[in-house]
Amino acid sequence: MSGVTVSTTVNGDAVQFVCPPSESLMDVLRNRLNLTGVKEGCGTGDCGACSITLDGRLVCSCLVLGAEAEGRQVETVEGLSENGKLHPLQEQFIEKAALQCGICTPGFLVAAKALLERNPNPTEEEIRYALAGNLCRCTGYDKIVRAVQSAAKIMRRSRKA
Amino acid sequence: MPYETSYTNQGFNVVGSRVKRPDGIDKVTGRAKYGADMNAAGQLTAKVLRSPHAHALIKKIDTSKAAKLPGVKAIVTGDDFPDHTGGNRGMMDMLENCMARGRALYDGHAVAAVAAIDAETADKALKLIKVTYKKLPHVTDVDEAMKADAPIIHDWVRTAGVQPAPTTASNVAQRSEFGHGDVDAGFAEADVVIEKQFKTEQTHQGYIEPHACLAQLGPDGSGELWVTTQGHFTFRNVCSTLLGLDVAKLKVTSSEIGGGFGGKTHVWTEPVALQLSRKANRPVKLVMTRDEVFRASGPTSSTSIDVKIGAKRNGRITAATAELRYQSGAFPGMWAMFGAMTSFACYDLKNVKSVGFDVLVNRPKVAAYRAPSAPMAAFGVESVVDMLAAELGMDPVEFRIKNAAKKGTKASYGPVYGPIGIGPTLQAVKDHPHMKRRLGKNQGRGMACGFWFNFGGQTCTDLNVGVDGSVNLTVGTVDVGGSRASLGLIAAEELGIDYDQVRVTIGDTNSLGHNDTTEGSRGTFSSGMATIFAARNAIEVLKQRAAATWEIPVDQVVWEAGEARAKGKQNSNLPPLTLKEIAAKSPRTGGPIAGHNEVVADGAGVSFASHLVDVEVDPETGATRVLRYTVIQDAGKAIHPDYVEGQFQGGAAQGIGWALNEEYIYGDDGRLQNPGFLDYRIPVCSDLPFIDTQILEIPNPNHPYGVRGVGETSIVPPLAAIGNAVSNAVGVRMNHVPMSPPRILKAIEDAAES
Repeated sequence: MSGVTVSTTVNGDAVQFVCPPSESLMDVLRNRLNLTGVKEGCGTGDCGACSITLDGRLVCSCLVLGAEAEGRQVETVEGLSENGKLHPLQEQFIEKAALQCGICTPGFLVAAKALLERNPNPTEEEIRYALAGNLCRCTGYDKIVRAVQSAAKIMRRSRKA
Repeated sequence: MPYETSYTNQGFNVVGSRVKRPDGIDKVTGRAKYGADMNAAGQLTAKVLRSPHAHALIKKIDTSKAAKLPGVKAIVTGDDFPDHTGGNRGMMDMLENCMARGRALYDGHAVAAVAAIDAETADKALKLIKVTYKKLPHVTDVDEAMKADAPIIHDWVRTAGVQPAPTTASNVAQRSEFGHGDVDAGFAEADVVIEKQFKTEQTHQGYIEPHACLAQLGPDGSGELWVTTQGHFTFRNVCSTLLGLDVAKLKVTSSEIGGGFGGKTHVWTEPVALQLSRKANRPVKLVMTRDEVFRASGPTSSTSIDVKIGAKRNGRITAATAELRYQSGAFPGMWAMFGAMTSFACYDLKNVKSVGFDVLVNRPKVAAYRAPSAPMAAFGVESVVDMLAAELGMDPVEFRIKNAAKKGTKASYGPVYGPIGIGPTLQAVKDHPHMKRRLGKNQGRGMACGFWFNFGGQTCTDLNVGVDGSVNLTVGTVDVGGSRASLGLIAAEELGIDYDQVRVTIGDTNSLGHNDTTEGSRGTFSSGMATIFAARNAIEVLKQRAAATWEIPVDQVVWEAGEARAKGKQNSNLPPLTLKEIAAKSPRTGGPIAGHNEVVADGAGVSFASHLVDVEVDPETGATRVLRYTVIQDAGKAIHPDYVEGQFQGGAAQGIGWALNEEYIYGDDGRLQNPGFLDYRIPVCSDLPFIDTQILEIPNPNHPYGVRGVGETSIVPPLAAIGNAVSNAVGVRMNHVPMSPPRILKAIEDAAES
């Protein structure tokens, strides 16, 4: 099958790949670019484990074609920490024990970052609805919500400083 | 040398603190490697063809067209799995479940598999395989399957546990009975007797990571398997048996595991991937789709349960009986037995009897799901306990306190309890601020108790001291939810060093002796015990090295606060030697310093919990919202409280999903209608409140630190607690789980009509 050549930006770096026109962006990221922090839980957009942002918008990468990444900005969990420093969300997920098995964690981090960029001071309810597209089967979400609240607070404080 | 396993009531330096987990950074950066994240040069992609029928004879499988498709490297069917099981029925069931042998037994049963150069080619090849089926009558409901005219799933099954032994085939694989006393006399004594039937639907563990493996098996019978599993040693043994390999020649490495909850304790596709690899002589990667996970891994039983309990006006239960019918899918299981054993374990009963029936149906082979079988039994029993309390005009918590099991109680399933936590959890419910919260319109409060046995089992652990004094602990139980942190704390506690100086590794099957599967809430209990002993073993070596350095007898050396100290006046000139100093000298004092332990960790302390929940039911739609949820459970000793709380919260959330929403829906054609997360809806973040927890610590007398397993009990009470809360909110007794909106509406309407 003839492939499509795609030029895109992934986590700030210019990237080129060739993929069949039917291949999902999730498969491209995992299998062609080796970004296996993007997880597959269902392949049907129901679990959010493959969450990424495309031009800043939160999407399930299993529902996006690789070809659609042409000329866009793709952000995955691998791009969250900068200059060797963990993002406050990453730090707080560890600090607050917000992960058990950790398979859903990359998706939650990407979704929570998208939320906090849009709304730096979300209520508990806003957090819960913003993360409702991400399934976690281990934690009951309690410590995840607390970690996001805590990271939001830290980020607001550092913005003021 | 065996070490003392008894509880010693010691003080702790680091155990009980909330340290960061050592694998945290890997898991928040995407670096951690799960089942589907490993690749090998030249690997093939495997896909499985599955039966669309609930029950069918496989008359012919024609793979000739698929084999000719360019890029297809191997195809296997049942014929490619010769019987190496030596007459072991359980192993044969496992093999037949991995790949059908002449008959498809459920919708989703594997009938063939292909390995090809890529997923697209493998998918094409599946479409070219022609299977000729002859459909057979099927049955998916547990009560229907027990009827005399039901289609028989296996003609070789004779009901076990019945005297005289039956001579004809039945779908009832086993009858099991537990109890003591005289229940007839007990019911005759009772002032009030309540009897009620209950149903629970089938649910799935719902781990977010599908089953995945990377298999390599050469023509010489040597191989490697990278796999997401709760028990890589068990997988090694089972795969070797099923494929006729030497156990030592198959190396199995457990990947990071993306949730298991009992569902990753059995092999499903791994023997298939290995056989494809052997045929193609190339590595084979096999990842299940979510649809396959629902249709063809191991969900929990659907059940039908009768409970009868009688009590005197003074609130003492005089007799209790239960008949529990659990379907185990298309192969025999032990699920009804666990239901029968756990049903009345919370209570101190003079006359009690529970009978379980393990029933075959055309559904996937049932696997463990967190305290397997206990939640359904608790739903029935704890509902009737609430009904009895209401009938007697007693507070449901007081009624339970009055009848709760305690130290010395003969449990309904046989043993006599040591110190246990059911009474203290009930007292804590009574005293909890949650009890004082006011309820509004359409709101109800419910509580329920739960029990789980817990398990220990075979465990083998290595502890190696580096030349700089840092320590590598290698364990053979997998880290399902933070156990690296708790085991690191234990090693640090024993050695008297900083937690940060310990690195915990999950060893593969070729680096340690056998470890049983990480199940039965055994990870921190049993690997923790082996870690304590391995550390004490290393301390013996450290003391010898110090004694040699000082040139004094070793019995004059003690290990305190992370250093060797020379005892006695004659040694007062000898300054202590730290672990670091002894390690630095080790190349010249006898070489590497290591501790090792292998143990069958007996004495896993039984675990009890009490849950309290407030719900609001919308009478227009029948939808239920959980307003408040409190989990109170005995942990024995919480090594890392964050991850103990996490287990409490996670189990409660799974129980909430089961109670209100989750169910396998089969059509009349015997096919699963909702094999996906859209239609099998597990709780999402916006469905739940914060889940409050209270950890009680009633030490397990059979563990040096008093640890009890904590992972499973938390899923036992929610079905009943929510059932009681919903019943209180709507004024109608709910007896069918899940209490989905249509079921609640129907119950309200039926009650209004009658």
